Amino acid sequence: MSEALAELGRRALAVLGILGHSAAFFVELVRTAPRSLRRPYLTTVQVHAIGNRSLIIIAASGIAVGLVLALQGYITLSRYGATESLGLLVALALARELGPVITALLYAGGAGTSLTAEIGLMKAGEQLVAMEMMAVDPRIRVLAPRFVAGVISMPLLGAIFSAVGVMAAYVVGVWMIGIDAGAFWSQMQDGVDVIKDVGNGVVKTIVFGIATTFIALYIGYECEATPEGVALATTRTVVVSSLSVLFLDFILTALMFSTP
Amino acid sequence: MSKKQIETLVGLFVLLGMLAIFFLALKAANLASFSFDTTYPLLARFDNVGGLKVGAPVKSAGVTVGRVASISFDNKSFQGMVTLQIDHGFQFPTDTSAKILTAGLLGDQYVGLDPGADEKNLQGGDTIKMTQSAVILENLIGQFLYNKAAEAPAKEGSGPK
Repeated sequence: MSEALAELGRRALAVLGILGHSAAFFVELVRTAPRSLRRPYLTTVQVHAIGNRSLIIIAASGIAVGLVLALQGYITLSRYGATESLGLLVALALARELGPVITALLYAGGAGTSLTAEIGLMKAGEQLVAMEMMAVDPRIRVLAPRFVAGVISMPLLGAIFSAVGVMAAYVVGVWMIGIDAGAFWSQMQDGVDVIKDVGNGVVKTIVFGIATTFIALYIGYECEATPEGVALATTRTVVVSSLSVLFLDFILTALMFSTP
Repeated sequence: MSKKQIETLVGLFVLLGMLAIFFLALKAANLASFSFDTTYPLLARFDNVGGLKVGAPVKSAGVTVGRVASISFDNKSFQGMVTLQIDHGFQFPTDTSAKILTAGLLGDQYVGLDPGADEKNLQGGDTIKMTQSAVILENLIGQFLYNKAAEAPAKEGSGPK
């Protein structure tokens, strides 16, 4: 019995330790991030690896979510005779919530795991230690460009998701179901505010980008330098990133959208 | 992949992202009708502001000419005090009246301005003298029931005696 309690205490202290260590890691990342802008080519390569590679899945998911939102939204709205508001419904749902959150979850699953695996394998292959031996700071050379690339890519991916979703909803609503195109766009333009809705969505994607990229890099950097360690690290990245995205989304939504 | 190819692809990706943001801002939101015009404030006191919210439009002849900037309670006259920000391009005579109207039957409320006939115009900071409060549904229902109740004994009284 006391053994179990001691183990619980050890685990709790270990979690606190991880929190502290990761906070220090985050501060280091933010501190070294500007230096990666002195080598734009490194960052560009990373934006290609993170952003361009995620483009297809994000665009495809955006189309799918837009189509489904339009269909389901039409069914419910037709109950109240408010089908003209379909554009408004889809645009608000995507810009405020679904765009940032789904993009972040897909990004964590795709780009996040690839970052973790890459850093983990670099650690397993002793590349990071070799860099330190050559007096090249691996954080500046390897971690900072990936962090900056992630923070740049996420807002762009989120915007692409929302935009593509709105267009897909237009295709379903106007061409397939037959809602009036003018009403579709004018209701949307009336009800979606640039700063409060689109702007807040962009802020959310930036925050999610920082969080998921930081988590992916930290777990990769701290994983065990073995194949099993890398495998465990990638799973952990997805789990921790997704949970923090959902948790951060709740906090941000409460801050941004709760009525005073 | 060569350096040039990577840079071109990344440039395309960034361009696509910016286009998406602009599409959302212009087509899906109200950036196109964002007016950076300067505005001047007008005050109006209402007995009951009803469901009027800050940011509600101020319309005259059905066209938006400004926004509601703030709503507060005047403890001296016990009326609601509404500050309207009107676009500088629109001037209204000093005997303009303000009404709180509802868009559609159960929609959001807005302020409607009916221009008067005076030669002088309202300046920034002036108060609109003639106002009409919002229609409160419960008061209407109460009035209706009261009228119905008043009719019934009158009918009985004028029946066969």
